[in-house]
Formats: sequence, C-alpha cells, structure tokens
Amino acid sequence: MACRHRSSTTTLARLAKPARLTPRLSTQPQVQSQVASAVRCFSSSRPSQLKETRCQQQGKFTSETYPELKRDSRYGQVTKEHVDYFKGLLGTESAVIDGVTNENATDDIEPFNSDWMRKYRGHCRLVLKPSSTEEVSKILKYCNDNKLAVVPQGGNTGLVGGSVPVFDEIVLNMGRMNNIHEFDEVSGILTVEAGAILEVVDQFLASKGYIFPLDLGAKGSCHIGGNLSTNAGGLRLLRYGSLHGTTLGIEAVLPDGTVVDDLCKLRKNNTGYDIKQLFIGSEGTIGVITKAVIQCPQRPKAQNVALFGLESYEAAQQAFREAKGHLSEILSAFELMDGGSQALVRQVTKKNSPLEGEYPFYCLIETSGSNSDHDGEKLQTFLEDVMEKGIVVDGTLAQDETQVRALWSWREGITEALGHLGGVYKYDVSIPLPEMYQLVEDTKARVREAGLLGDTDEHPVRAVVGYGHMGDANLHLNVSTRRYDERVEKCLEPFVYEWISKRQGSISAEHGLGLAKKKYIGYSRTPTMVGLMKQLKDLYDPNAILNPYKYI
Amino acid sequence: MSALRILVPVKRVIDYAVKPRVNKAQTGVETAGVKHSMNPFDELSVEESVRIREGKKTPVEDICVISAGPTKAQDILRTAMAMGADRAIHVETKEGEDLEPLGVAKLLKAAAEQNKSNLVILGKQSIDDDAGQTGQMLAGLLGWAQATQASKVEFNGDVVQVTREVDGGVETLKAKLPMVITTDLRLNEPRYASLPNIMKAKKKPLEKKTLADFGITAEKRLKTIKVTEPPPRQGGGKVEDVDGLVSKLKELGAL
Repeated sequence: MACRHRSSTTTLARLAKPARLTPRLSTQPQVQSQVASAVRCFSSSRPSQLKETRCQQQGKFTSETYPELKRDSRYGQVTKEHVDYFKGLLGTESAVIDGVTNENATDDIEPFNSDWMRKYRGHCRLVLKPSSTEEVSKILKYCNDNKLAVVPQGGNTGLVGGSVPVFDEIVLNMGRMNNIHEFDEVSGILTVEAGAILEVVDQFLASKGYIFPLDLGAKGSCHIGGNLSTNAGGLRLLRYGSLHGTTLGIEAVLPDGTVVDDLCKLRKNNTGYDIKQLFIGSEGTIGVITKAVIQCPQRPKAQNVALFGLESYEAAQQAFREAKGHLSEILSAFELMDGGSQALVRQVTKKNSPLEGEYPFYCLIETSGSNSDHDGEKLQTFLEDVMEKGIVVDGTLAQDETQVRALWSWREGITEALGHLGGVYKYDVSIPLPEMYQLVEDTKARVREAGLLGDTDEHPVRAVVGYGHMGDANLHLNVSTRRYDERVEKCLEPFVYEWISKRQGSISAEHGLGLAKKKYIGYSRTPTMVGLMKQLKDLYDPNAILNPYKYI
Repeated sequence: MSALRILVPVKRVIDYAVKPRVNKAQTGVETAGVKHSMNPFDELSVEESVRIREGKKTPVEDICVISAGPTKAQDILRTAMAMGADRAIHVETKEGEDLEPLGVAKLLKAAAEQNKSNLVILGKQSIDDDAGQTGQMLAGLLGWAQATQASKVEFNGDVVQVTREVDGGVETLKAKLPMVITTDLRLNEPRYASLPNIMKAKKKPLEKKTLADFGITAEKRLKTIKVTEPPPRQGGGKVEDVDGLVSKLKELGAL
C-alpha cells in the first residue's frame, strides 16, 4: 500500500507517527518479486530470523515429524540423466536449480524445500521453473513416463504443507509464468498466468478501476495458481463469493502432459461437465493450473469501516442479521474477534484499543460501494439502530483512511501477535453459525479442566481464542502456548475434530488439507465422498506422480 | 482567572492516506470523488482541547470548532463534536472562493472576537497547501502571544507553558492568556469518535455563517501558475541470472 502514501512534502514524512499510521498488518511476509520469493523468510515482518544462524532456521524434516510416512518405492530417483533432459528442455540456467549433480546448490534449493512457517521441510534436490504451458506439459509427461514425483508450487504461503515436498519430489515452481495476458476493460475479464503474484495482479487491476475478487494476508507472495488450486477464501469472500464462482476458465496440464485448454471467457456455458471446478481446490493433485480466466468486479470507490464491542455471541449474531438487513449489497466484511484475541494484540502491539471499555466480543464491519456518502449514511443508520436496540454496547466509525487501516489492524494483526507470543495450534473451521463460537468455549473449558490453561508459567497454554470471518461462518480457533507440551495436543485432538464432525462442520474451511489435515478428512466427508475423490485421482493421475503423500 | 473559551479551527482536506493527483489543466489537484477527512494536525487541536477540559486543572467553558469550506465541511465539524467539541460554526464558501492564509487569519480573528475566545488552538499547517502561516498571522492580527508547534501544553492558572521540539532538543515557552497555540504531531494521540458520541454530536449546535458575516471577502493575493506531479520514479529491471546482472552492471558503467 506504500504507493498510496503521499510523498510530496517533508511534513508528511513527519506525520508518520507509529501509533496511528501502522499499515494493515499482514499475516505473512510480503515480498513482491519472484526473485525475492526465494528469500521470503528474511522479509520485514519476521525480522528476528535475520539474526538466526542458518542451522537454527532449518526446521525438522517432515519425514522426521511424520515418521509414519515412508517414501513410496514406486517413484524413480532423480538422476543426472533426468537433470540433463530438463536442462535441455528449459534452456536458461536459472530455470533449473540442480542439487542432484551440484552439491553446492543446497542453499538455493532450501527455500523451495520448506514453507514460510518452517513447519515442513522436504528433501527435494531439483527445482524446475518452466516459463510456458508447453514446458509444463513436457516436464509432466517426462516425469510421468519416468515415474518421478512432482510437487507443484506457487508462492509457498500455504498453512498445511501442501506446496512443500516431503521426500525427494521435484518442485515445479510456477514463479516464472507470471504474465498478465489479457484484460477486457468492459467486462472485467482477466486472463492471467498461474505464477502471477496476487498483489501485482490486484495493482494492475486497480489501475483499470477493477479489483481481484480475492484478498488475503499473503497477497504479496502468493500466486494466482496457488490461490485457485487451494480455493483460497480470504477477506472478500462475503462480497464476491468463492473462486468456484469467479473463475470462468482454466488452462491446466494433466500428469500425462495433456493440456486441458478451458480458457473460457463466458459467464454462461452449460455444455457438459464443468471440469475446471475439479482443479480449483484440488491442491495440485490431479493437474497443474497454468492459466486462469477470472471475472473481476468493479473496484469499490468508497470503503467505510466500523468496529464495535458486544456483550455476547448472541448479540454478535443479531448484529450480523441487522447488518445484512441494513447494508445488504454494500456489506463486504463482517469479522468477529473475541476479547481474548484483542487482549493479546494489545499486549503485543502496545497500542491503545479504539474502544474505551473491554468487551467479550468485537465485530468489524466493512462496506464497499460506489458512493462514500450514501454508504456512510447507511452504515450510520445501521449503527444507530443496533445501539438503540442494545445489541451493540460501544463502537467507533473510522473517520479517515488512517483509522480504517488502524481498525483493520486489530483484526489482521491477530495472527502476527499470536506468533510473537509462541507456538500456536491453529484450527480453521466452518461451523453452522449458531454454534460457531461454542467451539472456543468448549475447548477452553476442556483445556482448563485438564489444568493446562492459566496465567502463570507452569501452564503450557496461555490462551484459547477465537476469531474469524463471521460472514462466512468460518472460525479460526487458536490455542496459544508457552511451550510445546504433548498433553496439549492430546487434549485438543481429536477432540476438536470430533466436535466439528458432530455438528456437520468442516475441519478445514479455507486452509485446505495438504499434509496437515489429510488424515482428518473423514471427520468432514463420508467414506463414499472420499471414495469418489480417490477414483478421480486414479483417473487423472494413475501413476500418482502429482503432490504425493497429501490431500486424500 | 477566567474560564477558557477555546476556538479550534479545523479544515477538510484530501485524506492523508490518499495519493493526490494533479488535474489535467495543471491548476490544482483532483478533488472530486476523492476521500476527504479532517486535517491530521487539526485532529490534534481538537483532542488537546478536550484533554484540557478532561484534565480539570483549568475550567473550560466552551470548545467551539470552526471551518470555512463547502457544505461537506460539516462532516468534519460533526467529527470534531463527536470527539468532544461543544458546538460548531460552519462558514460556507462557494466554489472557487478559496481563502488564502491571511484571509483565514482575518476570519479567525473576527470569529475569536465574536465568540469571546481566549485561546485558539490550531494545526501548525494543513496538509493540502502546506502554507503553515495561519496561526502566526492570527496571533499578529489579534496581538496575542503565540506558541507554535506545541508538543506539550500545561496550564498553571492564567499561565500556559508550551513545550516545542526544536533541532536537537526542546524549547519551553511561557505565556499568559489570551494566546494562540499551533499543534505538532507529538502533542497527543487523537481518540476514536465513539458511536454514542457520534450520535450525540448530531444534536450539538452547528451555526451556519457566510464570509460576509465576518466582514471578509475571498480576495486573492497569490496566483497559482502551475501544479505538477513529481517526476515518476524510473522503474527497475529484472535480470535472469548472475551473468545477466554482471553484464547489466557493466553496461551501466557500474563495474
């Protein structure tokens, strides 16, 4: 957002007082260029890592964390011959990072071997960076013929280890396929390559008066292809819907090298099975997305943000109903934060809370529309209404852009604040709205009963907090710990999954399955459903070379 | 000692976080459809006035905010009242009737006299034209003491002690009321207007006036000849690999 700051006078430099002008905190490091993505771990939001030695930085190998995982002997070992083929195919040296014949390349490969949180780490020794669909096709065909396992990789910002190799799979990094092919200013239809970075695309669209229908904390690093293959949810879902709806067409490559060209630019096309939907959210297990056609909405000219404090979760639900009634088409975010999460943000950032008192629940509302005055009026009427009815106890309405960002930082800063305090067990779940917050209460009670939760050092758990996209019935249950303790894990799992399963919720709302949630799929899907998924996988990827050990 | 009657001038400007664009005719910046808010320095003035009242060391009888500008300026007057000001005066100006710092100072002089103010707290400058002259001119016209760029304001009876940041340190001034204080960034951290206060602010009095009510005309002494954007930053380029970087550096004569 730096571009939006005025740069003309010295006064403005002096205006940058830390407390109120903090930009939206992102949950993940933001790096813009592909070149820099390789050193993402050194970016500004995680400065402490700069001081760590290389050795400490490298986490445990995934194969050590998950000892039950064994390398599948069906897969071939990558040899010099294979590397030579890829070098011949891709040409330029930078397109192949070869750790097979060149031992010095280990450092170059490391960023592709682990995720940004350093929870997963693979043993990959070969990274390929194709620059065209044809190259992807040839690579996959060759790998399929030689039974070489492949992990497609985007910006590597996932939270469940889906984009990181487990053993010696070849990493297929899409970063070089980052062109914006076509944009129609009348219809707002965008054709873009899979490796384009979300923020870059969004800035391009901004210059045309449009907006990408998806926004998330990792926008500075994540790729469009990765967003699609994980069906990322994010902050704008309430308004613009999921990628299943906004994606009009896809070009993908199947494991045998077949190019599935479905770059359809039509909103309506009822001719046969909608195959492209299979690639959205399948986490690179049946094909590699190379291009996409996205329907982009008009960029809203006016945004208003309000934050308020509530006495109970019931009141938050009422407020949500009222918000839909009053704000209908302009409501673009309805976020819930509990008092615990806000206390932790306050503790870490040392900022003054926007509201005077403390409340058990906070909601953040954003409206996006074409006319600031109209929207402001609607929002004001809504706020007055909920205040008069006693649903909301206190609140504030951002009076300027700076306050808009400051209010958002209380929601977006939670992940980062928790990260500062120590290890966090994160559950990203969907639960029918009436019972959504009960999960946090029940988990808290359970952890407390087990004697694990407390204010003093002898308790391994610092806090159990909940926040999330209330508008999408998507809750983030976070358990902040002081240190790793096996008892905590035993206390939480499978309790949380069983709890969700009983209420027909989803154990992974927007983060996906990857490696982390693979074994829990049964809590959200019936054996029949899982069976159908396996059939699909076998059909498109009979040799199972794509993203092995994960997903289903 | 007398109770304080504080006059707080506020200005509606293009939002600090919005990047202004020069209009096609190069006569000024594009304002239509651009988000406007209260000048950040004026927020500090409003906040400080409210804090003086809350500090209870000196009784504050009246906090009056005043703004000259289009009808929309009433929005920021309401914001100021939601933050704690008691009442507002809106001096409506027509399209093209922009005031220069001297005009504003004359207007404020008249307003301070009409409202029997004994303290004027105003921002050290507005972020749109960055003139930074109004406070000083006003003090001159009124013949009052002035303390500019305040980073701390303390009351001791009729005596006001103002700390201001100067190069390499701080300077502390002392003056008697009536006086003019201009605010700087480190003075305070403005509060958020709470919903109950936003609602209360709607019922607070807002007086509508014109320049003529203060005996002022919007005459221009200065003429803007041209407004231009700063030269665009030269974009960087990407190189494929180390060899590419080396040859590029050589090409540029850096190696």
